[in-house]
Parts: sequence; C-alpha cells; structure tokens
Amino acid sequence: MSERSYRPEGIADEFTQGTRGGESEAGATPSGGPSSATRQAPRTGWRGMLRWTWRQLTSMRVALLLLMLLAVAAVPGSILPQRSQDPAAVVEYLGENPATGEWLDRFGFFEVFSSPWFSAIYLLLFVSLVGCIVPRTVAHARAVRNRPPRTPARFERFPARATGTTSATPREVTDAVAEHLRGRMRWLPTFRVDAGSEEARGARGKIPARPAAATVAAERGYLRETGNLLFHLALLGLIVAVGVGQLLHYRGQAIITEGRGFANAVVDYDTFESGSWFQPESLVPFSMTLDSFTSEFATDTVAFAQSRDFTADVTVTEPDGSSSAETIKVNHPLVIDGSKVYLQGNGYAPDITVHDGEGAVAFAGRVPFLPEDQVYTSRGVVKVPDVSPGLEQVGLIGYFLPTAVIEPDGSARSVFPLPEDPLLVLEVYRGDLGLDDGVPQNVYRLDTANLTPSVDADGERVKLLLEPGDTVDLPDGLGTVSLAEEVPRFVALDLRHDPSLAWVLAFSLAALVGLTGSLFLPRRRVWVRSWTHDGVTHVEVAGLARGDDVGLQPQVDRTLAAVPGLDADHADADGDPDVGPDAAPTHNPERG
Amino acid sequence: MEIAELSDLLVWAAATALAVAMIAFAVDLGRRTDERVGARATAEARATVGAGSSDTSAPAAEASGPGPDGAVEARRRAAGIAMSTTWLGTAMLLVAIVLRGLAAGRTPWANMYEFTMVGSFIALVVFLVLNLRRDVRFLGAFVTGLVTLFLVLGLNAFHVAATGVQPALQNYWLVLHVGVAITATGIFTVSFVVSALQLLRDSRDAGSPFLTRPGFRWLDRTPGPTALESMSFRLNAVGFVLWTFTLIGGAIWAEDAWGRYWGWDPKEVWTFVIWVVYAAYLHARTTRGWSGRRAAWFVVVGYACVLFNFTGVNLIFNGKHSYSGIS
Ligand code: HEM
Repeated sequence: MSERSYRPEGIADEFTQGTRGGESEAGATPSGGPSSATRQAPRTGWRGMLRWTWRQLTSMRVALLLLMLLAVAAVPGSILPQRSQDPAAVVEYLGENPATGEWLDRFGFFEVFSSPWFSAIYLLLFVSLVGCIVPRTVAHARAVRNRPPRTPARFERFPARATGTTSATPREVTDAVAEHLRGRMRWLPTFRVDAGSEEARGARGKIPARPAAATVAAERGYLRETGNLLFHLALLGLIVAVGVGQLLHYRGQAIITEGRGFANAVVDYDTFESGSWFQPESLVPFSMTLDSFTSEFATDTVAFAQSRDFTADVTVTEPDGSSSAETIKVNHPLVIDGSKVYLQGNGYAPDITVHDGEGAVAFAGRVPFLPEDQVYTSRGVVKVPDVSPGLEQVGLIGYFLPTAVIEPDGSARSVFPLPEDPLLVLEVYRGDLGLDDGVPQNVYRLDTANLTPSVDADGERVKLLLEPGDTVDLPDGLGTVSLAEEVPRFVALDLRHDPSLAWVLAFSLAALVGLTGSLFLPRRRVWVRSWTHDGVTHVEVAGLARGDDVGLQPQVDRTLAAVPGLDADHADADGDPDVGPDAAPTHNPERG
Repeated sequence: MEIAELSDLLVWAAATALAVAMIAFAVDLGRRTDERVGARATAEARATVGAGSSDTSAPAAEASGPGPDGAVEARRRAAGIAMSTTWLGTAMLLVAIVLRGLAAGRTPWANMYEFTMVGSFIALVVFLVLNLRRDVRFLGAFVTGLVTLFLVLGLNAFHVAATGVQPALQNYWLVLHVGVAITATGIFTVSFVVSALQLLRDSRDAGSPFLTRPGFRWLDRTPGPTALESMSFRLNAVGFVLWTFTLIGGAIWAEDAWGRYWGWDPKEVWTFVIWVVYAAYLHARTTRGWSGRRAAWFVVVGYACVLFNFTGVNLIFNGKHSYSGIS
C-alpha cells in the first residue's frame, strides 16, 4: 500500500505492498531460505563505496543484525560484576581471577554499558535508525495526501468480499457507504473515501460486461505508519534525553541523625557526583533537618523482623526562609526545587563520649553504626585521636545490637531491629591511628594493623558491654567510655537532580503510543461497486489488508450492512476460504 | 484450615486437573491423527497432481485440516473432557490466587511462587479466550502441560508462606508493573507454544527425516506454518506492547523506589535483552529472507530469555530484584 513510499533496503515485499491478494502470494510459505535480495557489489570510486555502505547500514538486515548484537552484548553486563554498581565486587573478582580478569578489564567487561563496543553497537543502530527514519518520514508526509487507489475492475482476486442487492439506487448506496466508512468523527475519518463512477462497458477477456456503476474507493491506516515513525523517532528522542540528563545531573549522599540537618551544598554531602555540564551554582541552597525517624517491622512468626515501614519526618527550609514539615518514605521521595530526596538507608547512631586517662573529654558525638543484617546488627568504629598530650590514641570497634540477648557462652547477638534492649559491644585498640598522615580514611573502618588490642589476663580480647546510660572503664588505664541514654537514629539520604526526567518519560510514553498504533491499527482498503440491473441494485464489496488481518472480512461485512434497504436474503459474505492459506482457521465450524 | 493452606491445596488440585487435561488433549490429538491420515494422503495427492512442487503441498494440506465433517466432531470426547478439566483447573487456580491475596493481605503477585501461579493462570486464560474465537485445541496439550510443570515446580521449589511485603514493594506499581509483566509472560508462553509448533510443522512439511516419522503425525492436526506464524505474531504483538509497558513502568517505579530510573541491575539488563529480542523478532518478520522460520526462532530465544529472567536472574544474580523470598 505504500508503493510510493520509501522502502528500507531488504524489507520483505509483503510489508510494503498490500498482499495476501490471492493468486501469486497464496504459496508464500515461510521458509528461512537464503536471502533473495541481490546484494549489489559496491560501485567503484569512493562515492560509490560510501553510498553502498550507507545503503547497507540503513538496511533492514543490518538493523536486525545490530539489534541481535545489542541483545548479546548486554548479557555480560548481568553476569560479571559492574564497577558502576558494585566496585567492591569487581575488585574481589579481579583478586580471584587475576589472569582472565585483567583481560576482561582491558576490554571493558566490568563497564559493559559504557564500553566502546557496547556504545558502538547502539550508536550504529541509531545512525541506521536515522538513515532509515528520515526518508521514511519524508515519504510518509507525501503519502498522507494521497487519494485511495482506484477501484479495481475485478473483485474476485481479493481475500475478503461480500455481495448483496438492494432497492436503493447506486447513488444512495455510495452515499451511505461513504458515510459509514468515514465514521462518526468528522475531523479524523476512519477511512479516506473517494466516490466515483464507471461507464458501462462490454466484456473484456475474463471480465464480463457491466452496466454503468457507482464506485467507492476507501483506505485507512495512515496512522499505522505514523505510529511506527513516532515510535522510532521517540526512541531517538529517548536516547538524546538520557544523554543530556547524564551530562547535567548531580547526586549527593548525606547521613544525618535525628535533630540534625544538612544544607544542599557540594561540601555538605558525604559523597557527591555529577555530570560534566553540571554547574555548582545550580544547587538550590535549601536546608533540611531530620526531626524524627520511625520504622516498623513484622512481628508475626512467618516474616519475623521483615521491614514494613520507614518514615523520616523532616523540616525543609527554603532559601527565602520559609520552612515546611515533610515526610520521606521509601517509594515516596521528597521533591524540593526540582530535586528528589530519597530515603536510602537508616540505622542507629549511638551517642558516645570518651574521657581519656587524664579525665579530659577526648571524643563526644554520634557515631553511625551501619546495619549488616535484617535484625540490625550494626557495625561501627570510634576514632579517638584527640587525647591529652603524651597519651596513646584510642580506637574502638564494635557492634550495636538494638535488641540484644546474651548467649550462655557470653556472646551477644541481636534478635529484633527495634531498640528494645540495646547493647553496645566494643573492642579497644591503642596506638597511632594514622590520621595525621593526611591520607584520607574511611570513617567506617579502623585500620588495626599498627594498633595494639587490649587483652585480659587470659589473653582474650577485652569486650566492653554498654547499655544506654552506662559508663565503663577502658582497659589499660585508657580512660572511660559512656553511652548516652538516648540512641538517635540516622538516615542515609540520597539527593538527585536530573533535569531530563520529564523528557525521558515523555519520549518513552510516545514510543509506547506509537508502537501500539503501529501494531494494532489496521491498514485496509475497501472498494464498493454498485449498479442497477433489471430494476435491482447490485452491490459488491472487496477488502484488502496489509499483512494478515483477522478483522478484514468483518469490516467488509459491516460495509455491506451499511447499504440502505439491503435485501437480507441476498446479502452474502463470500470471503472465499480457499483464497489464502490462512483463511480457513478464522471461521471454524468445529470449535467446541 | 488456614486460608493460605487452602490456597496451596487448590493449586495442587488445579495442577492435577490440568495434568488430566493434558492427557486428554494428547489423546484427542493422537486419535484425530489416525482419522486424518486418510485425508492428508488425498490432500497430498491432490497437491502433487496440482503443482508437483513440495512448496504447494503445505497449503493444500492445511486447507483440508479443519475440514467440516461431523463424524469426527461427534467422536471428540477426549477434547471435551480436556476442555472441561482445563476450565476447572483455571477456575481453581483463580480461587487459589484470590485466597492467597486474602491470606497475605495484599496483591497476590510479589514473589516467585505467586508470579508462577498468576503467570500460569494468564497462559490458561489466553488459551481459553483464544479458543472462544477459533479452534485452538491443538495447543491444549502443550499449554496445560507447561502450566502443570510450572505449578508443580512453583509449589516445590518457589513456595514461600503468604505474608506482607517490604516497604519498597508497597506501591500501586506492584499491581501495575508486576501485573503487566506477568500478563506478558503468560501471553509469551502461549506464543512460544505456537511458534514451536510452527517450526515443527514447517520441518515436517519440508520433509525432515525425523519429523516425518509416524510418531509425528499429530502435527498434521495443527494449522499450517503460515497460519501458526500469524497467530503467534498477534500474540507476540500484544505481549511486546505489554513488555514495553513493563519496562517503562519498571523504570518509573525504580525512579521512586531506588532513586534512579535505570541502573543496569541484572533484572533490568534481562528485561532489556528480552525487549530487544522481541523487537528483533518484529523486524525479522519484515526482513526479506528472515520471515517465517527464522523469525520463529526469535520467539523461541525470546521465551528462553523470559524464563531465564524469571528463574536464573532471581536465583543466581544478586540484584535489587531479589524479592523471590527464597534464601
Ligand atoms: C533502536 C533500534 C530499533 C528498535 C528498538 C526498533 C523497533 C521496532 C519495532 C518494535 C517495530 C515493530 C512495529 C511493527 O511491526 O509495525 C519496528 C518496525 C519497523 N522498523 Fe524498527 N526498530 C529499530 C531500528 C530500526 C532501523 C534502524 C530501521 C531501518 C533500517 C527500522 C525499520 C523499521 C521498519 C521499516 C519497521 C516497520 C515494519 C513494518 O512495516 O511492520 N527500525 N521497529
């Protein structure tokens, strides 16, 4: 049906011409035989070569090949650890498989989705897409103004037909049918309709003689190609929007404890990452305080201790001084000035004070302990470098157990994530913490290589147990450590700004709409011819669809039914089941 | 008895009914084959006289396939039993799903076991609805067989107790994104059966030495490869649109739940791979030299990826989608 439209190299004929027309295509068996397309050899000269390359690149076969390659190339990204998601796993993998790992690394297998080969595949695919879609769009823009094709002389060769007789005149038939085919919506007719007429004429070859007749030629389905083009164009838009978002976005993480806050500034984040077009001035300087954090966990036996709800209550203060109370939940990020703030994690930040051997306060503060399991067995470290002059520095490593039970062997473990019976278990180290070397350290880890652990008389590591409100002596006269009565919660917030989000969504939805149109809008032609013979008006209707279309015969039947004064006895849908190989199963008399 | 236990019992009952249905469908396919041998012989004779090329024999045999003779119809008792037990099994599965939802107090598709249950249900519904419009009972043995397998596997390997879900899953997107994904999976299951039959039938028609053995005579009871291809395409088209929605919906949900719409998590990678494979299928159908057989292979590969995405990715890889509840 798009004889005049642009055809990508290698597209199968059935998909550019209305077929299933009967005769020649009846034997179109699906066989994956060798390609019948004659591949033209490249013409001589670089221009010929260039044109040949372009033709190949924008051909259906290459598009198909690239799609297959894209699917295959994505797979290693799910099997091998990826740096962007889990850098630690990559390091571990490299440690375990040094030889193969090195080679895999060299070829970008730990960053598949930003590797040159993966990028090459999708960029080529999109070049191919542009090369294919631009001429198709131009051709379609022209085709949209085309009139439906003339009414053919013989209807017998069409897969769907119906005939009938009526007392109405051919003129009335034509008007009624045209109105029916156009449909109710004036501004968007279902069919584009041309009414016409034919002179009487004598028998010609196999075509019998026929009196003067009125004809209707109608075509629908321009929107199908429009949908297809929209889909492909939307994919282009999508990749551009995603790319721009990559360049402009920023993301920061901050851990804050109850009653404390942070400001939206690069320095206030624990980690911060941004695209290369990001401008620090684009951060809106609001600030936020965590008022409280609550969590709920299942207490039934089946799902004991599984998380059920996390809620952070915060107060946001805008740059103009106005402030408002907000909540952040999992699945419900808070949107502030176009940025989204997510609740990504939570835990306990016990309030710990250390007095050194001389009784001076060497450390006081909240220390986030990171949960390691479902019952919030949380691990943390306290680094105490600021002791009185001449004393050894102190490091504490330990676990915070929200609901602790002490086993008969003296070990403690947590049994529930909420702080019903909290216990802090600490091991003590002394020596040079190495904080003065200027080498950045992870605040959640204590490098014990150069430190001396405190041991008891049996040579066992000393374990200090603290309940809220307790103060205990550190071994070896290092001082005391105390745990405050209140155990504040902390939340890990993730703030993200990506100005392209709305575009990404819009293009995705456009692609979905276009795809739906391109797959389900039928592309059909319907012709009607009516003439009067012996005072009776004869009507014949024929239909043709692109590809297979179960709705074609019903469409033809409905068209005939729109004829006024139709003689019921003579109405006869004679879509011939023998015409196409597929016709038979559509109306099956045997169904149970 | 607890509601959750009743639900599990009903799934066992449904699996049993469907196993019976499968046997009955197979019997029907086998019996009808015997009655058809004669018909096929004549059809082939006709075709050979007509053209002499093996190319045309396929449509001729096809046309004679669902021929209108009442004698055969009367004797399709097995098919009747098969259809009633399929309806019964489907109904029991539906009740089991509803009870499961009541027991857990939420949408009953949040872990692998429930996904298996609902996906199987959808596959059955697709089959039954198709059958209302045209006779597709030749698919019955395969659809009920696969579903029985899935259900038994689900009960034995994926079963977890009915309970609530973690905060990240408490969202209407659980209903939409997962619901649509399951529906697409159910549809892909049926289209896979159709395309697999298409490949077998096509090979038999082409004279493959293995498939022309008498044991495969039942293949003549299916519509011809062209009809199967167009049936599979229609299902795949619906499945693909739903899968596209799954992809987009998943990204929207991930944006809210995980703070990014796309992160190449293993589940995301495989959802993308599946999407690309089915897109390649749609292209292959329209590419000269790739329609028909070769395109059908894409459906087989696509479905293999769907199964892997569901089983392998959930159980092997450690991603954000580890919601199977199996540890
Ligand atoms: C990102 C890459 C691409 C994707 C994901 C994609 C996807 C699709 C999908 C899903 C369809 C199905 C719609 C239908 O069957 O009507 C389709 C159709 C089509 N695509 Fe693409 N496509 C891509 C690239 C290309 C390229 C590079 C070309 C040109 C060589 C192309 C040409 C076509 C044509 C001509 C059709 C219509 C076939 C028909 O008439 O049914 N596509 N595409």
